[in-house]
Amino acid sequence: MAVSFSSLQVCLALLAAWLVVGFAGLLRPRSIRFAGRTLFPLGALCGAALATVAGLSLGAAPESRVLELGLPGLPMHMRLDALSAVFLVLLGAASTAISVFSAGYFRKGEGTLPGLLCLEYHVFLAAMGFVLLADDAYSFMVAWESMALSSYFLVTTQHRIEEIRRAGFLYLLVAHVGALSILLGFGVLQGGSWQFTFDAMRAAHLDATWASIAFGLALFGFGAKAGLVPLHVWLPEAHPAAPSPVSALMSGVMLKTAVYGFLRVTFDLIGLQLWWWGLVALGVGLFTAFYGVIFAAVQTDMKRLLAWSSIENLGIAFAGIGLAIIFRGSGLGHLAVLALVATLYHCLNHAMMKSLLFLGTGSVLHATGERNLGRLGGLIHRMPWVAWMTLIGALAIAGLPPLNGFVSEWLLLQAFLFAGDVPHPFASMLLPAGAAIVALCAALAGYVMVKFYGVVFLGQPREASLSTARDAGFAERVGLGLLALGCVLLGLFPALIVPVLDGAVAGLLHVPTSRWGGPWWLLAPERARHATYGPPALCLLLVVAVVLSIYGLRLVYHRTVRRGPAWDCGHARSDARMQDTAEGFGQPIRHMFEPFFEMTRKLPSPSDPTPTYAVTVGDRAWKLLYLPIATAVHAVANAVAWLQQGRISTYLMYSFATLILLLAFVL
Amino acid sequence: MHPLPFSLQLLNACAALLLLLSFAMLSQRRTVNLVNLLAVQGSLLVIATLIVAWRTGQPHLYVSALLTLALKVFALPMLLHRLIRRLNVWWDTEPVINPSGTMLIGLLVVVFSFGLAQPISAVADTAIRSTLGIAIAVILLSFLAMITRRKAMSQVVAFLSMENGLFFGAMSATYGMPMVVELGVALDVLVAMLVLGVFFFQIREQFDSLDLYHLESLKERD
Repeated sequence: MAVSFSSLQVCLALLAAWLVVGFAGLLRPRSIRFAGRTLFPLGALCGAALATVAGLSLGAAPESRVLELGLPGLPMHMRLDALSAVFLVLLGAASTAISVFSAGYFRKGEGTLPGLLCLEYHVFLAAMGFVLLADDAYSFMVAWESMALSSYFLVTTQHRIEEIRRAGFLYLLVAHVGALSILLGFGVLQGGSWQFTFDAMRAAHLDATWASIAFGLALFGFGAKAGLVPLHVWLPEAHPAAPSPVSALMSGVMLKTAVYGFLRVTFDLIGLQLWWWGLVALGVGLFTAFYGVIFAAVQTDMKRLLAWSSIENLGIAFAGIGLAIIFRGSGLGHLAVLALVATLYHCLNHAMMKSLLFLGTGSVLHATGERNLGRLGGLIHRMPWVAWMTLIGALAIAGLPPLNGFVSEWLLLQAFLFAGDVPHPFASMLLPAGAAIVALCAALAGYVMVKFYGVVFLGQPREASLSTARDAGFAERVGLGLLALGCVLLGLFPALIVPVLDGAVAGLLHVPTSRWGGPWWLLAPERARHATYGPPALCLLLVVAVVLSIYGLRLVYHRTVRRGPAWDCGHARSDARMQDTAEGFGQPIRHMFEPFFEMTRKLPSPSDPTPTYAVTVGDRAWKLLYLPIATAVHAVANAVAWLQQGRISTYLMYSFATLILLLAFVL
Repeated sequence: MHPLPFSLQLLNACAALLLLLSFAMLSQRRTVNLVNLLAVQGSLLVIATLIVAWRTGQPHLYVSALLTLALKVFALPMLLHRLIRRLNVWWDTEPVINPSGTMLIGLLVVVFSFGLAQPISAVADTAIRSTLGIAIAVILLSFLAMITRRKAMSQVVAFLSMENGLFFGAMSATYGMPMVVELGVALDVLVAMLVLGVFFFQIREQFDSLDLYHLESLKERD
């Protein structure tokens, strides 16, 4: 007798398996071998299975289930539809590689015990899965908060360091402010029915004002998680504090849950979309992308740099969503599909490449003990495996064909170029300018990656201690390799993946699926006369061109090469200190976009016998937004502190007065 | 209007005496006398409980009376007397508000309490017509005593007398609480007394005095 399980059941079972694996860590909390050799690989297996099951369910109809768990009378509703499935694939795939990497990553003396770390890690994974499957506000919020809490404990793994505790607190604070806003958003969305299932919210009819309020709350709440400016401040603090696999998970996967939540609320739960909402999301997204990338360019800490780069990428994703809302609100459903496909593709890409880069920095950090770009360099000779894998990630995130970063940016630019069809005069003229900003960000991202990769891996070692650096271990290499493979496959075969995403998005927007003409090697958006992209062909062309030029160079040039110690073009005495530094490389950007930075320079006076020069770059958001809020809160707290007189009789007096007052109501 | 049965007249007398005792406690400055007054209040409660028990014939009220006798007439006053001896706190200092002012406020509180009990008394059984108002008055007067005292010891006595007021109210209004609740409350009071005793020693060790004025230095802002 064959027993068949639905995809949703299997997904839930796998999430439960993650929890079991996590709690198994408590059996032997002090054993790194047990966690590393047994539990993390098991978690990776669950991840791979989850990605497979969710991937297979992509074409199927949505299914839902009620779990009689939690509070009595408040069952948890679960639902698996195409949008959830896309993000589950992302979660499963990225977590597989990261778990494999983690199996070899955690060492002794990392603060939290390995068994506890294993628990927090797998609870984090399972919570993200439940966020994606939740079908009522109650279970969504429970999963969302579990996700925030478990990741908070992961961030503060090394809780003995004051700075890390502060970073963790900042993260928790922003996460809770965001969660509060989401909660209020659900409160608006139920529309007077007082039913908090997502089905009831879909059925509720909101008028334009309340719908706009719900949209604003969702943008604020999910924007806080995604790191939209000005709620981005926690990202550059939390990422350097967290262990690298955790940074990879947070940046690669957790930020995407914010995108998922925003899509779910905006396109699924709110019945109508007004086109001007899109302008807001687009504006915020583009500004975030630009702000993130210029700050990434001036960072000197490699994980901080990657954190700012994540801010940029999430900004681009939100810009894509904004564009989709504009199209949808203007009745151009097929273009909205294009923009959303680009956004989802970008999310998949970013999960792969940013996880890859964070894991790469983790390997470098373990090998050298150094996060500061100014003390690294020349690691390509010492750590070739990490260097080559990271190169793939860096090229991908810089948006170079034939890797995956290019595909999503190309799709997004296509969507922007169709914006002339929007039936609002000024919007149709100005929106294509958004394409220019996206292009600028892409170019600057390339600049950032040249800096990141060049300073860490190329040139000469800046410190003597770097010569003892060793390449990553086996598990770490496999983890890096899987993610790099993901980058390459997503880059080479978009024509196979895009129609699948298209199906998911079309279901979400209730429009017919678009036609993606062309064979498996050619990506052709709806109006193929505009542009097509065939990555395998391009890749072949690139390979042929490279081989030909190497061969040609050998043939023509090397035959006649002269070897002789002339002036050596100044290279005779070059040493590590003469290389371009991270600060130096970022200097032009610092100069060009000076108004955006809060800079403090320390310049030496002419008569100083030991001149030193220092410049620190800060974020203006602190001074303009957060400090005034902090001051105001402090003032209010001080005013309230008047109540604290320090006398017991006064406090008793308060109680007495309250009692009398309340009794007087009865009178 | 025919006269009240003898038992109810006795109950009313108890209630009146309780109210009088509350005023006495409000004005009393010697700690030892305060504790003695508390013991007297306890014995009045025992009598009141016995009267109600006899009138209604509920056996658990006899147990309750016994419990009150053991705890409030003997155990707690003895404990307090020992504390007073060991801590050497015979007198309270000048209260926050002077005694005559406190008495005047107390009068207002009693008027307020009777006003409050009016609508309930109007629909109630004759037994509690006046006792409920008095019970509320005892509670509020004890509260007032807590506010006006400076020494921790007197405040604790006032606190215990507040509990007595609650007990009296419950007993006269509903013929006693369920046995479980009563036992729980009795235990609570005993535990609270022990905890407060520990606190006394801690406070004295910290400030060399039981004067709560010293606790003011603990506040955050000047």
